[in-house]
Amino acid sequence: MSTLEIRDLQVSVKLPDGELKPILTGVDLTVRSGETHAIMGPNGSGKSTLAYAVAGHPKYEITGGSVTLDGEDVLELSVDERARAGLFLAMQYPVEVPGVSVANFLRTAKTAIDGAAPKLRTWGGELRGAMERLHMDPAFAQRNVNEGFSGGEKKRHEIVQLELLKPKIAILDETDSGLDVDALRVVSEGVNRVRDTGDTGLLLITHYTRILRYIKPDFVHVFVGGRIVEEGGPELADKLEDEGYERYAAGAGSARA
Amino acid sequence: MTTQASAPPSTKSQALRSYDVADFPALTGLEEDWRFTPLKRLRGLTGGAQAATGTVRHEYADLPEGVTVERIAKDDPRVGSVLTPVDRISALGYGGAAEALLVRVAREAVVAEPVTLRVVGEGTDGVAFGHTFVEVERFAEATLVLEHVGSATLADNVEVTVADGAKLTLVTVADWADDAVQAQHLKVKLGRDARVVHVQVSLGGDLVRQYTSVEYTDRGGEAELYGLYFADSGQHLEHRQLVDHTVPDCRSYVGYRGALQGESARTVWVGDVLIRAEATGTDTYEINRNLLLTEGARADSVPNLEIETGEIAGAGHASATGRFDDEQLFYLMTRGIPEAEARRLVVRGFFAELLNKIPVEELRERLGAAIEARLAKAGA
Repeated sequence: MSTLEIRDLQVSVKLPDGELKPILTGVDLTVRSGETHAIMGPNGSGKSTLAYAVAGHPKYEITGGSVTLDGEDVLELSVDERARAGLFLAMQYPVEVPGVSVANFLRTAKTAIDGAAPKLRTWGGELRGAMERLHMDPAFAQRNVNEGFSGGEKKRHEIVQLELLKPKIAILDETDSGLDVDALRVVSEGVNRVRDTGDTGLLLITHYTRILRYIKPDFVHVFVGGRIVEEGGPELADKLEDEGYERYAAGAGSARA
Repeated sequence: MTTQASAPPSTKSQALRSYDVADFPALTGLEEDWRFTPLKRLRGLTGGAQAATGTVRHEYADLPEGVTVERIAKDDPRVGSVLTPVDRISALGYGGAAEALLVRVAREAVVAEPVTLRVVGEGTDGVAFGHTFVEVERFAEATLVLEHVGSATLADNVEVTVADGAKLTLVTVADWADDAVQAQHLKVKLGRDARVVHVQVSLGGDLVRQYTSVEYTDRGGEAELYGLYFADSGQHLEHRQLVDHTVPDCRSYVGYRGALQGESARTVWVGDVLIRAEATGTDTYEINRNLLLTEGARADSVPNLEIETGEIAGAGHASATGRFDDEQLFYLMTRGIPEAEARRLVVRGFFAELLNKIPVEELRERLGAAIEARLAKAGA
């Protein structure tokens, strides 16, 4: 049983000229293993900033608040330490890494997360199985990480990693964007398998309600102007589907353009 | 870092050629071909004609069938038949070498096993000269590794002929000791339908400067020139190529990649490709990429492509020099991979494609390990 606690988190983005531009203006959120949370909000509301700040991207500076995982101060940890502590970020735009094969990458990551190399005897099958469940041809294992992958293949590769690395808390940043219905179904099935283990807390960041027809959230948070402006159960997603974000726009704080 | 596509290469084809060092004016460092090279560090190589005062030794194991190695006199008609020095240091090496080492691959011999020839420097006290002649006869196929180790101040010339229908994979490795200095001119002459794959690997040495040129004599010639270099603090690694397309329907590809780390690590890549008016149907591409791993390193990259005919199959060039990609690093680290290991993965990946051009597994693995050791040393 794990708990990610985000308290009054304030984050600025570092602009090229060195100035700080505030994005998150005080976020409170608690995610426990087995729970599925959806963060929904319009473009530029700071949803992705939340994901990247928790993962530790150097572009963002924490200006206030705290993030803890089972009481441990996450903000004190380096990016890789956060991952080894049990955090996972599925990216909206997974990065291409030329010259590094998927097989080598996944084995290196698994070794780092588990603290020991996976058993040769079982690893091959585990990897193949994870790829097949996401409808990825096992031949992808020999290709370079994300290089030349279609948008859908990149997202499925992220969920392969989610299943293999078994994090305590996973943040999925717009995993649904750019997916056709078939790919969305395959990806959602993968996320639901992870959810059904009960061992992982999920934070789905999304602009659309479409993915929530496949992955039922326990909690829905509406994110506008760098903070959560409304919270509720799955019924809140239905309301957003009907009404959109417009009614939150009035009175919202400064949001990223 | 600079990237420029300037310098009028038309002069390259008309450059002064001579076997006599006295025909070349003393180097000042202002010459287009030498403006990047720190002449002071060339020690005795910038002087005039002289006898060798240092030596390099050649080592090789049992040779496979079809391959012979022997010493030949300088007046052997083969010597100088491929290469005429185009610069003063090449001419110095030409005049100073007392004899030449001939590596011959017999006609139609298809040699599966790679041949490794080690050039071992025996100190930097004197100036050493070398001359090697590689002769691959008609329809022969072979892989030759020329590996340079030890300490030396060396000017050497390597002549290579690949006869009609023959194929040569030539790997030259500069893995010198820290104090070594080498200026090498390597020239390849290709027959009809002949093919050469050259891979230069520069890792060790205070200063390594290699000038590689390719001449085509008939249709169907193919040259692939690859280079992999890794400059540490204080090292100067310079690679220049001249691919001279003078006959129709030949192909060339030049692909060099370098990594630099540490204060004053310095690399230079200058790739000249000429497509003469008569060389219709030419297909050529050249690319250089540099990865700056730390502050204070400098990579110069100068592609020159001169085309005198429009009737070609293709021609292009590219050059890119950049810092470590922070997004790649971030991605790997979000998967729990520590920073140092993530950097190793990326650099290894950067070089993987070129290392895989070397068809000798033992060498490939040794070079891969040497690159990793360098990264570890820098605490990258």
